[in-house]
Amino acid sequence: MTEHILLRHRDIKGIDQLEVYRKHGGYKAFEKAVREMSPQEVIDEVKASGLRGRGGAGFPTGVKWGFLSPNVFPRYVVANADESEPGTFKDREIMESNPYQFLEGVAICAYAAQANVAYVYCRGEFWDLAHRLERQIEALYKAKLLGKKLFGSNYELDIIIHLGAGAYICGEETALLESLEGKLGQPRLRPPFPAAEGLFAKPTVVNNVETLTNVPQILERGAAWYRTIGTEKSPGPKVFSLSGHVERPGNYELPLGTTFRELIFEHGGGITDGRQIKGIMPAGASAPLLSASDEVLDTAMDYESVPAVGSQLGSASIIVLDETVDISWMVYKTSRFFKHESCGKCTPCREGTYWMYHLTEQIQNGAAADADIELLDSVARGIQGKCLCALGEFALMPVISGIEHFRADFQAHTGDQS
Amino acid sequence: MLADTHQAEIDKILSKYPPDQKRAAVLPLLYLAQHEYGYITAEAIDEIASILELDPTQVGGLTGFYTLLHDQPEGKYRIQVCTDLPCALRGAEKFADDLCENLGIKLGETTADGLITVEEVMCLAGCDKAPMFQLQDDTGIHYHENQDLESALKLVEDLRKRGSDD
Repeated sequence: MTEHILLRHRDIKGIDQLEVYRKHGGYKAFEKAVREMSPQEVIDEVKASGLRGRGGAGFPTGVKWGFLSPNVFPRYVVANADESEPGTFKDREIMESNPYQFLEGVAICAYAAQANVAYVYCRGEFWDLAHRLERQIEALYKAKLLGKKLFGSNYELDIIIHLGAGAYICGEETALLESLEGKLGQPRLRPPFPAAEGLFAKPTVVNNVETLTNVPQILERGAAWYRTIGTEKSPGPKVFSLSGHVERPGNYELPLGTTFRELIFEHGGGITDGRQIKGIMPAGASAPLLSASDEVLDTAMDYESVPAVGSQLGSASIIVLDETVDISWMVYKTSRFFKHESCGKCTPCREGTYWMYHLTEQIQNGAAADADIELLDSVARGIQGKCLCALGEFALMPVISGIEHFRADFQAHTGDQS
Repeated sequence: MLADTHQAEIDKILSKYPPDQKRAAVLPLLYLAQHEYGYITAEAIDEIASILELDPTQVGGLTGFYTLLHDQPEGKYRIQVCTDLPCALRGAEKFADDLCENLGIKLGETTADGLITVEEVMCLAGCDKAPMFQLQDDTGIHYHENQDLESALKLVEDLRKRGSDD
């Protein structure tokens, strides 16, 4: 892709300054929305663009906005900036380097939702970033791009930064809302969905940072333009976070539908020290591991094609594993992560992640028998489909897929092979 | 009392949330206490509970759930190394072990001078710049990326100077 739509700071120097952002068309889309469009027209345009949620679920954004309970006010917009998935570091770059496009996206979403307050829920570790965003928000008030009587209308908007305090689960939207309300970040039973009863029990839109950052360009350049990027069912650009055993790890903004091979070998410079690729984790720790066959490498990274080869696109955080990686160790690392991050609300997840961690640790220590591999697999399957949120489901995916594709790596530790 | 020294800041925090939803201010107030006292004291929990009209257990319970909140005093400077999968693939586990060995401590422990604690943490969204860590100190949380043993030990030296000047 020649032009960046989301990582525009890579093309335009100083775009993290408000005057530079405005010189390059910044805040024209928000002005156009408030002056010329009804909230419904904004929702319709975003629907027509086919934009899908970039936090992982891939749900159509405009449709989500359209679900808000009619005639119930106040409403809230919450930007999910709790980026915590292992291998994901895209929202951080967007907020650090192209913050005003993100904040303009928040503003347009708030206008479409007819909300007068929007919260940005930032993970607590983004302390420096959150404090910079607060200063950038102050600049927006000074420029009369936030506050009362925006563009001479009766529309008013406040954006408030709220810091989390270290909990992966708060990236799950209902856990995030609980946390924002000052409680333990534990997922809610749904329904009601946040569109009906979200923050403070009011209709709420929760969107990921990258999702919202798409919105100003969609309004400025139109849904038809947006659909010229990406695939028919997965339109638009995506920021792929590439990490692990590649020569050039980093974020790469590419059209949805780009192949794993192009990302890893052209943009990422191939595997470190010319070694062979063994596996790909396409959605951080939270999706089945793919064995890096030619078929997988030539798969398009979009919301349809990755499931067709047995995994998920998720937040598109691609962790590359080379031939030196012991998959039983990888599964130990992901199990350790999920055991640490399970919020403890649902028993299958709380107990299951605990046992998966201990079994994988025993395998690593050479203290497990072959039968423990079956036990690990059965603990993982025991969690399946039994939890309120996706964390439990995520936790078992590397385990089941790891054993399925690379059982020999586990057996090498259990030592009682015949 | 936080209110004696930080009333303006407390008011500013409360103004960010609807008046009937004061509980939402609990995390910002806990951060305020942590920066003031170095950790969240039992007295601060009581005071925050009274400001927000909550039971102290509703406030204190959060410190066990959220990893950035501490209810015990540790080193003045917490070096929190990400050793999660993507960082581990790029040598973070060895980096953390080497750092600890040089400081004569084990992961999770504090140096004899009481200044530096080294801990392992989960993913910090800095995977492409591993090894990396965050430094938690009395000014907030700051990222240090593309680290090696030499750069980390240099930082430790600077922190020790800072720590003994205070």
